[in-house]
Amino acid sequence: MSLNFREIFLKLTINGEDRKILKSKNLEDLIRELDIQAPNFAMALNQQVVPKSKYATTPIQENDEVEIVHAVGGGI
Amino acid sequence: MIMNTQKEFMKIGDKTFKSRLIVGTGKYKSFDETRQAIEISGAEMVTVAVRRIELDKNKDSILNHLDPKKYTFLPNTAGCYTLKEAVMTCELAREAGLGNIVKVEVIGDEKTLFPDNEATLEASKLLIKDGFHVLPYCTDDVVLCKKLEDIGCAAVMPLAAPIGSGLGIRNPYNIKLILEAVSIPVIIDAGVGTASDASRAMELGVSGILMNTAIAGAKDPLKMSLAMKMAVECGRMAYEAGRIPKKLYASASSPLDGLIEL
Repeated sequence: MSLNFREIFLKLTINGEDRKILKSKNLEDLIRELDIQAPNFAMALNQQVVPKSKYATTPIQENDEVEIVHAVGGGI
Repeated sequence: MIMNTQKEFMKIGDKTFKSRLIVGTGKYKSFDETRQAIEISGAEMVTVAVRRIELDKNKDSILNHLDPKKYTFLPNTAGCYTLKEAVMTCELAREAGLGNIVKVEVIGDEKTLFPDNEATLEASKLLIKDGFHVLPYCTDDVVLCKKLEDIGCAAVMPLAAPIGSGLGIRNPYNIKLILEAVSIPVIIDAGVGTASDASRAMELGVSGILMNTAIAGAKDPLKMSLAMKMAVECGRMAYEAGRIPKKLYASASSPLDGLIEL
């Protein structure tokens, strides 16, 4: 049996980097899979900000662009 | 009698601040130094930038070092060159739990970091409609500041000199004119180099000052932080006390009566 990699890996662009995602089906899975531990972060999917309450119900698809941001030291 | 050293507080959006110093969190050597410098400054509002998380590096976060009960965060759009980037950065900041008071910066020129005022005005409009309290970084232009007030900005933040330049208050007359023209708080954003600059700005009657490099870049940031705290307080107090008018000729402060006559 030949493996169909497309069913296993999902190619995404996360914070500008090409990434292969193993099992995530939605944004909530993705946060777990990437092990994001920042105390405050936010996400955008294809340039649309997604509220935290919708991570679990926002599916991710091949070639999606994901941004994950947080607060860093900065002034002006 | 205990003298009331401060008559009023700084009001931004729906919040009141005892400290008129707003500090940045960039350019420090460590999170520990950041935390200490901010604590010493007495600032109640601190600005933070919003950036991509570095994947695979579970790096420590600035927010692990700043108590959200103690500080109001002022996410900024530093580094944004377009309206779209600035608006999205603010939306992300709010979603990240950083609140809805934002410092809007749309940079128009890489070398001077002067703002793109048109884009700043447009971005501010969109963000105000979306429920943000907007503090725009802008040039010292009276007409622009009036427009920013008209669209509902919570304050205006004119620069006193280019960001990080430390050149001091180069435009006291323009700042004075802005203070006369608008009734929202005027906060000096950028240009302060040392304590006397901070006092001088406060003596003009501005509501507050935002600074970062002047403290973080000092040889001893913690000492400078205290100097800035005191300078802002002294400048404000002098403004409230009302300085004497400037005169061309001398005016003796000793009585002329009772002089010995030889």
